[in-house]
Amino acid sequence: MTTVQDLGRPGYAHLGISASGAADALSLRAGNLLVGNPDGAAALEMTLAGGTFEFESRAIVALTGADFDASIPLWTRVWVKPGERVKCGHARSGARCYLCVNGGIEVPMVLGSASTHLLTGLGGYEGRALKRGDVLRMTAGSGAQAPRGLKPAPHSGAIRVTSPTNAEDLCRSGWEVQADSDRMGLRLRGPALDSHTGHMLTEGVPLGAVQVPPDGQPIILFVEHQTTGGYPKIANVISADFHAVGQLRPRDQVRFEQVSIDAALTLLEAQEEWLHSLV
Amino acid sequence: MRVPGMRTLDASDRSLLLVFDDRISLAAHGDVLRLTPLLRSVRGVTNVHPAYASILIDFDPRAIRHGEVERAAAELFAQAASAPLPEPRTVEIPVAYGGECGPDLEQVAALTGHTPDEVVAIHSSAEYLVYFLGFSPGFPYLGGLPESIAAPRLETPRRRVPAGSVAIGGRQTGVYPMASPGGWRIIGRTALRLFDPEADPPVLLQMGDRVKFVPLAGGAF
Repeated sequence: MTTVQDLGRPGYAHLGISASGAADALSLRAGNLLVGNPDGAAALEMTLAGGTFEFESRAIVALTGADFDASIPLWTRVWVKPGERVKCGHARSGARCYLCVNGGIEVPMVLGSASTHLLTGLGGYEGRALKRGDVLRMTAGSGAQAPRGLKPAPHSGAIRVTSPTNAEDLCRSGWEVQADSDRMGLRLRGPALDSHTGHMLTEGVPLGAVQVPPDGQPIILFVEHQTTGGYPKIANVISADFHAVGQLRPRDQVRFEQVSIDAALTLLEAQEEWLHSLV
Repeated sequence: MRVPGMRTLDASDRSLLLVFDDRISLAAHGDVLRLTPLLRSVRGVTNVHPAYASILIDFDPRAIRHGEVERAAAELFAQAASAPLPEPRTVEIPVAYGGECGPDLEQVAALTGHTPDEVVAIHSSAEYLVYFLGFSPGFPYLGGLPESIAAPRLETPRRRVPAGSVAIGGRQTGVYPMASPGGWRIIGRTALRLFDPEADPPVLLQMGDRVKFVPLAGGAF
């Protein structure tokens, strides 16, 4: 599945509209920097399976994120000629890769964003995943100076979370990502957690919230998440690890590790420094 | 920072939850209604999620941190506390009750000990308050469902509920702005669009609106 994504559509949660945007925003941003774009330009997000993309004109492109056995190398900018095809196969590891083009993908902006919100059919290319034969336009690029290549940020393995109480039970066990996971949420399976079944008032839910429905199987609310919810939330994925959540695929084993909010923000700063050291 | 009438919680490394009450109350709704637009204009705030008695504030931690957001929220809360609420709008929603548009109407009637006509009469005679929009684009959380027609949710949610469906789920009623899965019992349907990305604003209902459901004669649009 391939959709058009940018950094999302913030500012409308009070109308029930979640931000959406790239599931692995770090890879999207890095890819954009590689082709000389602003980091939030629209690009193609491929999930588990890729596709073949034929270019009608000359372009500078970069592929970032997971290894899709593609015809061009990952994490470096590449010039493609008119008529040339970039082929991406199936994800060998991870879940998502990004094809960024100099200038960005041009689609109508909906509520300020090019991002596709699949559940509501909002934004992107006709509000849907791409199909064979679709023709996309590229915006004329600036041709700005860009780094030639970069190494992806290493990730420790455990997904780090903060918790207003404590996430001991979540961190004690291993979890398996279920097949019905999507951009709305990653469903995990493991030893049932206490879901504190008492009455809870519906309240706002942030990106990366780990919520526990009555069956005790946690769900990580992701980029297309509902804006409010009534299930208890026991932890929240840290911003610096959102990209790692975006690379989880069905049957992956996941472990969690609790950190403080200060530690989470220090990790985010380091990640931002890494990204900005590229330009 | 301690402010009477409001407590805060660091919900994540990029969000802060303000809580005004532990139950649904008009006073808490007033706080949410006054504060939501003010918070949206705070620098570094990316999203504001109002709810029954709380507001979740998302922010960009590269621009602003929890302490600053909390201070800004406390100041705005103090300023807004005495501000009068805007005069509420009343929005009428025409509904085709029963039949194909409301496949669960007869079941709701049976579950609540009424005839279908009585359920329609009760549902359409009440005035509802839009506490907030949430869950999905334009979805109104409505208060004011008469308890006599409260009906439990379906045991197995439908995979697809048509857009515009008017439904009862427990002690709540609502309208599905777009086709989606859903577990509430569908009693009717409206042709009004509750969410239209081309419109400005893109939603029909706003927080604080009063809603009246108006039965369509003959059960057709």
